[in-house]
Amino acid sequence: MKDILKIANKKLKSRLIVGTGKYKSFTETAKAIKASGAEMVTVAVRRVNILDKKKPMLTDYLNPKIITYLPNTAGCFNSEDALRTLRLAREMGGWKLVKLEVLGDKKNLYPNMIETIKSTKILVKEGFKVMVYCTDDPLLAKKLEDNGASAIMPLASPIGSGLGLQNKINLSMIIKQSKVPVIVDAGIGTASDATIAMELGCDGVLINSAIAQAKDPILMAQAFKDAVKSGRNSFLAGRMKKNFIGSASSPLKGLI
Amino acid sequence: MAKIQLNGKKINIKRNYSILDLLKKYNLDNKKIAIELNGAIIPKINYKRKHLKNNDKLEIVYFIGGG
Repeated sequence: MKDILKIANKKLKSRLIVGTGKYKSFTETAKAIKASGAEMVTVAVRRVNILDKKKPMLTDYLNPKIITYLPNTAGCFNSEDALRTLRLAREMGGWKLVKLEVLGDKKNLYPNMIETIKSTKILVKEGFKVMVYCTDDPLLAKKLEDNGASAIMPLASPIGSGLGLQNKINLSMIIKQSKVPVIVDAGIGTASDATIAMELGCDGVLINSAIAQAKDPILMAQAFKDAVKSGRNSFLAGRMKKNFIGSASSPLKGLI
Repeated sequence: MAKIQLNGKKINIKRNYSILDLLKKYNLDNKKIAIELNGAIIPKINYKRKHLKNNDKLEIVYFIGGG
């Protein structure tokens, strides 16, 4: 049986989405993405450095025809900036599937949900397919879905913190209520965090810092690939019931 | 000559310079960038016919690594 993740009209075999920031070089980025098996990567929109004509471009290392680029609005602190960024991204290559993140606090990078909901409504009206970075509040997650979000992306903990899943109960509530894919985004620190997220039943995970800032990013990318697969299979298999007393694995009949 | 602002920097360009001329000057592939002129996005199809004038504010963006 094929296990496909469908976000809007995009079909993905890999449930691991990888960010392309914080790597030492584009070569390392490309190798890590390959090792991760990811078919979708997040990218940021920035001004071209006009003074450096020979500066390499990300697109020279990761072919957007092979890997799906998911433009994001990282660094945007209000709706206006986020909308401007995504409209430019759409013009760049015709991307309609985008990741919206509107931040509210410069220190903890927590999302500003008021601006996020406002932006989601406008983008959906303009024909975008919006994957939305959000807090782990089930009510706000529902609000995003009601406003047409293509995927809900609650944080595990603050962006780049590596603190892992801090509120599994909230994530489980969001997973249970959502009819669109739930992708855990931000805060995952190591491969086992991704497994736990997948075992909770989320549809995918988005990882950047945990891979890029590992001592060996390429090996860590491979670890995440396996971790996401393991977690997904474990979820699909359905774990055993928890017992609060021991239960022997070997039969007692015929005991000498 | 015309004075324009490109990505926050003031530069001088020849008169009747089109966006396409500017992209050629900076060796930029129009498939890999997007352009905003005075706050409005310019469709790629208009790069050739859109001429730059004094005090224009131009933003050229592209994709970089990001999470």
